[in-house]
Amino acid sequence: MDAGNNAWVLTSAALILFMTPGLAFFYAGMVRSKNVLGMLMQNIFAMGLISVLWAFIGFSLAFGGDGNFVGNLDYAFMNDVATTIDFPGFELAVPGMTFFAFQMMFAIITPALITGATADRLKFSGYALFIALWSLIVYSPVAHWVWDTGGWIFDSGALDFAGGAAIHINAGVAALAVVMVVGPRRGHGSEPMPPHNLPLTVLGTGILWFGWFGFNAGSALLADGIASQALVNTHLAAASAMLGWLVVEKIKTGHATTLGACSGAVAGLVAITPCAGFVGGLSPIWIGLIAGVVCYLALGLKTALKLDDSLDVIAVHLVGGLIGTILLGFFADDTVNALGDGLFYGGGGELLKDQVLAALGVMVFSGVVTYILATIVQKTIGLRVDEDGELTGLDQSQHAESAYQP
Amino acid sequence: MKLVTAIIKPFKLDEVKDALKAAGVAGITVGEVRGFGRQGGHTETYRGAEYKIDFVPKVQLEIVVDDGAVDTVIDTITTAAATDKIGDGKIWVTDVERLVRIRTGEEGPDAI
Repeated sequence: MDAGNNAWVLTSAALILFMTPGLAFFYAGMVRSKNVLGMLMQNIFAMGLISVLWAFIGFSLAFGGDGNFVGNLDYAFMNDVATTIDFPGFELAVPGMTFFAFQMMFAIITPALITGATADRLKFSGYALFIALWSLIVYSPVAHWVWDTGGWIFDSGALDFAGGAAIHINAGVAALAVVMVVGPRRGHGSEPMPPHNLPLTVLGTGILWFGWFGFNAGSALLADGIASQALVNTHLAAASAMLGWLVVEKIKTGHATTLGACSGAVAGLVAITPCAGFVGGLSPIWIGLIAGVVCYLALGLKTALKLDDSLDVIAVHLVGGLIGTILLGFFADDTVNALGDGLFYGGGGELLKDQVLAALGVMVFSGVVTYILATIVQKTIGLRVDEDGELTGLDQSQHAESAYQP
Repeated sequence: MKLVTAIIKPFKLDEVKDALKAAGVAGITVGEVRGFGRQGGHTETYRGAEYKIDFVPKVQLEIVVDDGAVDTVIDTITTAAATDKIGDGKIWVTDVERLVRIRTGEEGPDAI
């Protein structure tokens, strides 16, 4: 075991954990002032609940055995986690416990991503039950597909460096499905619901960007040249996506906004996630630029679909994840990473086909199963808050607190 | 005695305060208020969605003065608060029936 590798991946785990409070602030700035704590709580609570579930069975369902669709219970309740070093089916350069911790942080943030779509209207107990079920029944299997040998996406040859499909497409489609079940915010479309505190969103963006270096460069699972490439790619894609978003925004609305700069940067970070360790040169800039422009244009999707995706999880995470996953089929460069060779680098259309199939597979599975899970929770203990609680705001109705004293 | 109430642009508050002090005004009460007049509201855009903000932030001043000082106070505010652009605000004057200084119980113009 190499101390340098272990130090970097452990550090990355800490960086990724920090993204969840970052995401909490990114979202909390955009909600109304009566729902700030509700939003922060949904995110911070994932750090509590998902971590314990991960130690119990989540990790084992994702990385146990070599089944095509789901892991097994070999590592349930931390069994053998400390002594195993080949969780993804090949020998790791870091201890198994480091891999466990690193993957746990991904498991935490993925369900938290969904909360942006359902802002201001989830009952806390319903939310807790929903993400518990979702993490075990949707996230763990999809992580297994993508990152564990035997998983059908892993074996197909499709690539997902840090979770474009497993995390962003997955959470983005899930967000769409949950919104279909819980419906729009009361007053959506008739009363204005502008962001209450964009400085929080800017702060959250900074934390996300910072943490994303661990998310992507840590996914090398080594402190090697691919980690360096992934870190630079991550940064350049965020930067160019910010520019792309702002240019379109300025042309279409007359102003370049701070929320636009933040949203664009996050869209770029999402899009580069699957590509981070597979592309090089100026590719991250082109991928980011495309993501910034297309994700901005995708803001209109929710209107077309008549869905109240409150904080644009579909446009940023689903569309951003799709852009990255599919563009990898074009931009993958085997001189950067021998695993992938895309259409622009002489690899033909094979990888592109695999990428499209992987994206479709995750979309169908996550979309359908999430819809069923959300419906079950809604029909049993209730996923949506009652009318009084929603009008009062989640801070008081769900948590008996106020973010701001009058 | 008269109550002079003025609605002004928030960034003009310091100038108006300094001018009123120089003109001999003994006290001002200030509140942050929101409203619209002929200026109307403004539009904000978040992720491409436009929001019409009807109520614009303004500052409201209340000044109780003796009858003879009313014109000076109005002129002072009018000069100091003007930007010559729409939305500079308004001033109105109302009668004050009775005025009491809480500490001493003094009444009328002595309590100003």
